[in-house]
This record gives sequence, structure tokens and C-alpha cells, in this order.
Amino acid sequence: MTAIIDVRELSRHFTVRRKEPGRLVRRRSEVVAVDAMTFSVQPGESVGYIGANGAGKSTTIKMLTGILVPTSGHVRTCGMEPLKQRKRLARRVGVVFGQRTQLWWDLPVSESFQILAAIHRLETPAATRRIDELVDKLEMGSYLDSPVRQLSLGQRMRAEIAASLLHSPDLLILDEPTIGLDVLSKQRLREFLRAERREKGITLLLTTHDVGDVERLCDRVLLVDHGKLAFDGTLTGLAATVGARRELVLDLAEPSADLTAIPGSTHLGSEGDGMRQRLSFDAAQTTVVALLGEVSRHAEVLDVTVAEPDIEDVLSRIYAATR
Amino acid sequence: MASAVQAFAPYRVILASRLRAQAAYRGSFVADLFGSLCVAATEFAELWALFHNIDSLGGLDWHAMLMVFGIGEFAFSVADLLVGHLDTIPTYIRAGTLEAFYLRPLSLLGQLITSEIGLRRLTRMGVAVAAATYGFAANDIDWGPDVVAMLLLTLVMGVALFSGVFVWAAGAQFFLVNGSEFTNAITYGGSYASKQPSSIFPNPLRVFFTFVVPVAFVAYLPTLWILGLPGPEFLPSWLAWFSPVAVAVVWSVAWLLWRVGTRHYQGGGG
Repeated sequence: MTAIIDVRELSRHFTVRRKEPGRLVRRRSEVVAVDAMTFSVQPGESVGYIGANGAGKSTTIKMLTGILVPTSGHVRTCGMEPLKQRKRLARRVGVVFGQRTQLWWDLPVSESFQILAAIHRLETPAATRRIDELVDKLEMGSYLDSPVRQLSLGQRMRAEIAASLLHSPDLLILDEPTIGLDVLSKQRLREFLRAERREKGITLLLTTHDVGDVERLCDRVLLVDHGKLAFDGTLTGLAATVGARRELVLDLAEPSADLTAIPGSTHLGSEGDGMRQRLSFDAAQTTVVALLGEVSRHAEVLDVTVAEPDIEDVLSRIYAATR
Repeated sequence: MASAVQAFAPYRVILASRLRAQAAYRGSFVADLFGSLCVAATEFAELWALFHNIDSLGGLDWHAMLMVFGIGEFAFSVADLLVGHLDTIPTYIRAGTLEAFYLRPLSLLGQLITSEIGLRRLTRMGVAVAAATYGFAANDIDWGPDVVAMLLLTLVMGVALFSGVFVWAAGAQFFLVNGSEFTNAITYGGSYASKQPSSIFPNPLRVFFTFVVPVAFVAYLPTLWILGLPGPEFLPSWLAWFSPVAVAVVWSVAWLLWRVGTRHYQGGGG
């Protein structure tokens, strides 16, 4: 099976001209937006492409879709060369840029869909069927005749996603699809995308700053940092690599002294005169059972909870470390 | 034939939607029409005032100048109507519209051209047609098949030439982030120069407007040929038959600039 996305040693540099005080001629400098990136995505996968602002996410997407010329390296999307076969590729890829629009702001939503169907040269009956299906699934019936400029952000985003799925692409690329949406809208959008993936076997690549998107939608994470691929694996694997510590919450039978001397753990805090204590530990070095054994020598344990590392925390730690 | 119709079907649908959108905002459309009329009327008044004081300009009298003005204005306004909005590329780049164009299975230039249609230029075209018609009627023209052929060739090539110049301007916008002032000098400046007898220019400028931005082919040379007048130094009137060559050169440069420009595109950020 050929990969949907195949990227090898892909780089893109930008030339930036900067005016410096006291100099007449502006100095040119090279900025490396994407630096020798290598990864591939198989059909049916759902990949979260994450990284801090300016890490090179959008630049990669633009090279995958034939908008930007790579400085060097190899890139194939759906087995095609994005730049040379841009038009053929466009028939097999759908792209949503969360902060851009592909609709006509002064036309009703339904008319935008009709034009896009014509652009993709869909047969009229098939186009009508597909539009009806998407309108139904994304609950767009109530505003189908409103001009795009009058839509709320949530409504517009659903219309954008419908527009990018009209031609039933194999690959759907979403650039920050849930940015600015309320909790309910986000949930509905994620549910729709999950269903679409299940039913159509579509491949998803999404960039996001929303951990919920990754947790609910992606079974694989690519972390990009300063244009380099910093991690490729599952979300839990990502937490493990940065040494995110799990947390053990102990409810004790009676007030006890702080449990500061348990090997392999750090005491985080106590409440209620030491009735409830929190310890952090590294899952690679010790286990919950070993810790409990150690603790029971000091106090009687009534109840335990183990908290997984918070992904939001993990990401903010990674971003902070790489600044 | 059928496949050609099919190939352009998406563009036709886009264009039809643009026409409907313009019709939907009737008030602003009427205002645009009126504004465009005022521009053409002012240009005409300028010429009229000039000939109120002089009898001939660069060897052409008032009636001959009406032909030059009418043909030049017609060619430019039709090109402006069809592709004049190409100079909005900087706006499209900033708004990310250009990226949406890249993501569709259609030609980039084709989408840009059909993204708008400047119907407001119709009034300007009207002024051009009126001036040219009057000029043609007032001059003593020996109408024959060759004159008709020259007239048709001139109108088609004039529109093609200015359209090519607009594509130059569009291609250059990829390099000049906010360069529409500069490119306007080429497009609108070229339009202005096309409506002057090239004989009034000093030799270097005459060469420039014949061989670099060859707007002399748009109206001046054909008028000379139709009226049976000899041309000035370096510009014999039979050159008028070579307007297709001028157009071919303009479009070669246009194609090159466009290609290099789109390759140079660095994206709209985000």
C-alpha cells in the first residue's frame, strides 16, 4: 500500500530582509521554517500535527498541497508531486484553513457548494446527493440560504469542512479546525470527523493547539519543533518521552506526617493534617504497587487514585523548553 | 469542441456567480458605473480642451485624434473589464484567497481572471465607442476590405496587448509586496501613452512605447495606416500589421513573469 503522505528530508527556507539601525542596506538572512523533515502517513491514519506557533506546521502543509515550493527534499502526496501535479492532486485532497475561507463571502452557502461542485466537475446527481448528505450530517439546513458573511464562526467552519469534503477526497487536511469554537461546537465537529473517518476511511492530518482535538481524533502525533520533527508516536508515548510524572493521591486512615521519604517519589503536598497526600513518581522507575508497599510501612492507606499526566501540561512544558 | 466547452465549464459557473453578486448590490454598482463614466469623460474633456487651443498634435488633427483616443480607450477598457482586477493580487495574498485558488483543480491565472468582472467599465467603453465612431465618420476613410481587416485586427490585438500588460503587473506583484503603485504606472501609464501620437515623444520614449511596452501598436499606428499617413522616424505606418508580433512578445514576457512570480510566492503567513 502506498503512503498517502511521503516526506523525506524536506526543507524550506525563507529569505527575510531586515532593516538595522545605522545601516542603509537591509541585511538578508535565512530562516529555516522546515528543516530536513522525514515522515510518512498511511491511508486511513489520523495524525495530529502539533507544535508551537511558528514551528513550521503551515509551511509543511503548504508544501504538501503544492502551494509552496520546497527548498530541498522529497514530497509526495497521494503518490503525486504536489507542485507539478497540483490540479490532479486537488481532486484527491481537501484542505481547511481555520482562519481562511474557501467560500464566496457574498453568496449563499448553497451557492458556494454549487460552484465548488462545478469546479470539481462533479456530475449533477452525484453532487446533489453529496451536498444533501453533508448538509444533513453537519446540520447546516437552517442557514443554507444565508450569505457566508452572515454566518457565525461555528456555522462557517461546518460549511468550510463540507466544502472541503464535497469531492470526497482521500486526504483531509485541517489547519486549526476548532480554533475559536465553543465546547459544544468542537465536540460535534470531532464526532462528525470521527464518523467520516469510520465510514469513508478518509485519512486525516490536522494541526491544532487544542489537546482535545488530538485526544479525540488522532491515533498518532507528530510534534514539530523549530522545523524539525521532534516526536512521532502516540500521545501517551509523547508524555513518557518528556518524563511527565504521574501523580499518586493517597487517602490515609489518620492524620500522618508528610511522606517525604518514599524512595522513587516526590512529596507534592498534604491536606487535612496529612489525611490526604499527593506524591509524584516516574512510571519508568517505580510502580504504584511498590510505592504503596513503602507507604504502608508509615501509614494505613484507605484509598488511592492515580492521575495521568495532563497533556496540556506536557505540551506547555515541551514548548517552553524549546523556546 | 464539446470538450473545450466542458473544460471551461467551471470558469463559466464562477463568472456567472460573480455577475449575480454584482447585480445583487445594485446601488454600489450604479455608483461604480457613474464613477467610471466620469473618469472617461474627464480624459475626453482634457483632449477636447487641448484641441480648443491647437489644431494638430504630433501631425494628427482633431478627427484623427478622436480615432486614436477611441481605439486606445476601447482596447484598455475592455482589457480592464476582463482582467483589470489582476492588480488585486496583494489583497488576495493577504486574505489567503490565493491559497484557496491553489487548492482547486483549476488554473491559477484562470481563477484570478474569473474571480471578478469589472462591469463598471462598461460606461468607459461606451465613451470610447462614441469617440471612435465619431472619429471614423468624420474622417475621409477609403473603406475597403483591408481597412475593415485592419480595424478588426487592431481592436482584438489592442485588447490582447493590454491584457498581457495586466498579467505583467500581476506577476510583478509577487515580488513587490505593495507594488500596485509601480505596476499602475505600467498599466495606466501604458493606456495613457497609447492614446497619444507617438510622434510627440522624443526618440528614446518612442522606441520604449514601440518595442518595450509596445502601446504604439494599439491605436496610433493603425490610425496612421487607415488614414494613409506616413509615420514619424522609426515608425512607418505599415508596422500596424505587425501588432500580433507585439502581442506575442508582450504575452511571452507575461507568461514568464507569471511563472517566476508564482514560483516566488512565499505564502500569506498563518
